[in-house]
Amino acid sequence: MKAGEKTMEDRIVLSMRSINKAFPGVKALKNVDFTLRSGEIHALMGENGAGKSTLIKVLTGVYEADSGEIRIAGEDRPASIHSPQAAQEKGISTVYQEITLCPNLTVAENLFLGREPRKAGFIDWKTMNRKSEELLTGLDIHVSPTKQLDGCSIAVQQMIAIARAVDMQCRVLILDEPTSSLDDEEVGKLFSLMRRLKEQNVGIIFVTHFLEQVYAVSDRITVLRNGALVGEFMTQDLPRLQLVAKMMGKDFDDLAEIRNAHEKRKEFDETPVIEAENLGRRGSIKPFDLTAHKGEVMGFTGLLGSGRSELVRAIYGADKADNGTLKIKGKTVRINAPLDAMKKGMAYLPEDRKRDGIIADLSVRENIIIALQAKRGMFRPMSRKEAEEFTDRYIDLLQIKTASRETPLRSLSGGNQQKVIIGRWLLTNPEYLILDEPTRGIDVGTKTEIQKLILSLADEGMSVAFISSEVEEMLRTCSRMAVLRDGEKVGELSGADLTQEKIMKTIAGGEHGNG
Amino acid sequence: MVMAENGKHYLKKITEHHLFLPLVCLAVVLLANVIKTPNFFQVSINNGILYGYVVDVVNRSSELLILAVGMTLVTAASGGQDISVGSVMAVSGAVCCQVLSGGQVSVNSFQNPFLLAVLAALAAAALCGAFNGLLVSKINIPPMVATLILYTAGRGIAQLVTNGQITYVRVDAYKLAGGYIPGCPVPTPVFIAIGIVVLVSIILKKTTLRLYIESVGINGSASRLVGLNSTRIKFISYVICGLLAGVAGIVASSRIYSADANNIGIYLEMDAILAVALGGNLLGGGKFSLAGSVIGAFTIQALTTTLYAMNVAADQLPVYKAIVVIIIVTLQSPVFRKFIALTLPAGRKPMKPAEAEEEVQ
Repeated sequence: MKAGEKTMEDRIVLSMRSINKAFPGVKALKNVDFTLRSGEIHALMGENGAGKSTLIKVLTGVYEADSGEIRIAGEDRPASIHSPQAAQEKGISTVYQEITLCPNLTVAENLFLGREPRKAGFIDWKTMNRKSEELLTGLDIHVSPTKQLDGCSIAVQQMIAIARAVDMQCRVLILDEPTSSLDDEEVGKLFSLMRRLKEQNVGIIFVTHFLEQVYAVSDRITVLRNGALVGEFMTQDLPRLQLVAKMMGKDFDDLAEIRNAHEKRKEFDETPVIEAENLGRRGSIKPFDLTAHKGEVMGFTGLLGSGRSELVRAIYGADKADNGTLKIKGKTVRINAPLDAMKKGMAYLPEDRKRDGIIADLSVRENIIIALQAKRGMFRPMSRKEAEEFTDRYIDLLQIKTASRETPLRSLSGGNQQKVIIGRWLLTNPEYLILDEPTRGIDVGTKTEIQKLILSLADEGMSVAFISSEVEEMLRTCSRMAVLRDGEKVGELSGADLTQEKIMKTIAGGEHGNG
Repeated sequence: MVMAENGKHYLKKITEHHLFLPLVCLAVVLLANVIKTPNFFQVSINNGILYGYVVDVVNRSSELLILAVGMTLVTAASGGQDISVGSVMAVSGAVCCQVLSGGQVSVNSFQNPFLLAVLAALAAAALCGAFNGLLVSKINIPPMVATLILYTAGRGIAQLVTNGQITYVRVDAYKLAGGYIPGCPVPTPVFIAIGIVVLVSIILKKTTLRLYIESVGINGSASRLVGLNSTRIKFISYVICGLLAGVAGIVASSRIYSADANNIGIYLEMDAILAVALGGNLLGGGKFSLAGSVIGAFTIQALTTTLYAMNVAADQLPVYKAIVVIIIVTLQSPVFRKFIALTLPAGRKPMKPAEAEEEVQ
């Protein structure tokens, strides 16, 4: 029996014990344990703000833990990892979602950057290319070593980053959301690479939002919630629903309930909130007609780049429409800039939160009040007291997790940043609320909250435009959907036609659902 | 023990305040002055006028302070600097003197009303600011390049205004702005500088200009989508900067009761940018501190005085200034701060939330 235990111990390449880490107002990690064995793919799961990225950052030396120890197989003493370089030397490599290689160098140069084989002081190109060839072939990555990196697809670039890590004798490979910009086929390739590394006894930590992928590739799952360890499970023993329940910390049939509660729709007989006629903008969205009513959620769907964002941007004036007319509650209006649209009761949550949404260095308070303040104008500043009341109201209403009102928005997690932006727009009390991908990159729990919020806003009489890449999510919330293809609105679906199949067909162009 | 913990906490709070390092830098420079010139802080009254090194520093820093206020706004809104302010001072001085002299080279009485001259000078300066603002905000030319135009052309324009002469206005009333009001021991420029700082602070307090400028400086694209007109806000900041350069130009020309196009405000734009940086403001735009820039301006002027007191020749001054500035800016850099944080082990572990703040960012 003892011998058996011994081999189990041997397989452990990394163990983290009682890791604690605090940030102002937040305990990011509370006595977290994590164990990685060689030759396993270990998924690290949790909602946004659960502590996944903090744990990874402690492991890779970006943060220093307040207490706790990290042990690496073959070392007598607890390892001290003070910098990413130190982590690298101990055989811990990380491949991030955003590629951190040099796009204008060749594949081989990227593989050997900083450790180029040399002959008489000069780089030995021949050896470098030959070694690269061997390395890539060994991992079944088909790409020429002399090809420039930015000529390769994102997936291949990612694999090259992994190959580089592998060649640097890594024993622990951390893949942080590696699949979020890959298509299905590329994901498949990445998975087979992961399996091959597994056979070579590399321990892989896999961080992802996609449940399906966890079940497709991982052996073990560690779940974190609110900075604490929920547990470590064998993947085959943990049904999907239970995993979600563990991540969220509650029994999870809310998702199914949402729709039922809102099944009954009102009849729309009033003047539409928005009537667009032939509205369009050259080079981005072809002229379209559209009506939106009080109290309805209207979805916009289509493939990425189909013009769904461009359509709503034209309505909001984010990109000024160059032909057609727009009526708001029956009156023709001219929208030259977002402020015009805001004054007419519109609000727009943009697709790219980081680039167009958050004002990172400003506080939560300033981020929440800024749209209403812009609407009121420069010479009518709201008092500090009023601003604080507004802020508290939305922190409370949307359950925004922040250390204080005055915390810079940049230090909040993605989901909470998104809630702040939603709060910003609700504060302006809009009649037409445009939400472009409000749930992207956000954990399951917050996603559900946002979906519920959308429905209750519509119940209160708001007209909501909703864009999401997840058709399922839209089917749950929308009562009508516009379908777009190649910069053109090609159809509208409602009622019984609102099915995944019908939408796919309309997108593909087999059948127009104009009924 | 609790007391000690509390003390540490307060110490931490003080050292983390955004004005802490700028104030330390000012203190160090002042200390150097006291060591070199023991009577540095001595102030006496002769003929009803305040005398002393420190009075001189405060008086001489007035123009710089006025420029630094404008530079702070421009930097925050556009993430770039206006290097034309020194030349705009020359333009303003030239216009003011030319109106007062009615076109003559030297006059002993005003040929036109003083108020008219001041308004004309400020209008010219604001126009210069508007020109810069247009290039930066509307045409999207990088600030340094856009303002380079008036940086080079400004002094030429000033020469054109004065027909290539140095125009003298030998009227006592004109010397008021750069000198002393009869019966008042404090030099007038100090009042003007204080007035400008107070005025701009009030505007920032009573309108939403601060929020708008910071927002546009941090994320222009997001600011536009929440209804801010980032073009207009950048433009306004350049107009204000030009206008303030005009005020500084009038003060400078009043000091020498003449319009010397080649010397008024020379090299002052660099000092103004430095004042902003020394005040702990990010030259890349975003959040800003007016108080920081004011402290920065005093630091630079005190430094200049020190160097003069050490008998450094005027033409070598920039070298020594550069060295000191390198030291100060290094002290304030995040890299150095982190280094200090890592090398000072006292009471670092376990890390308290307040101490972890920097790491989160």
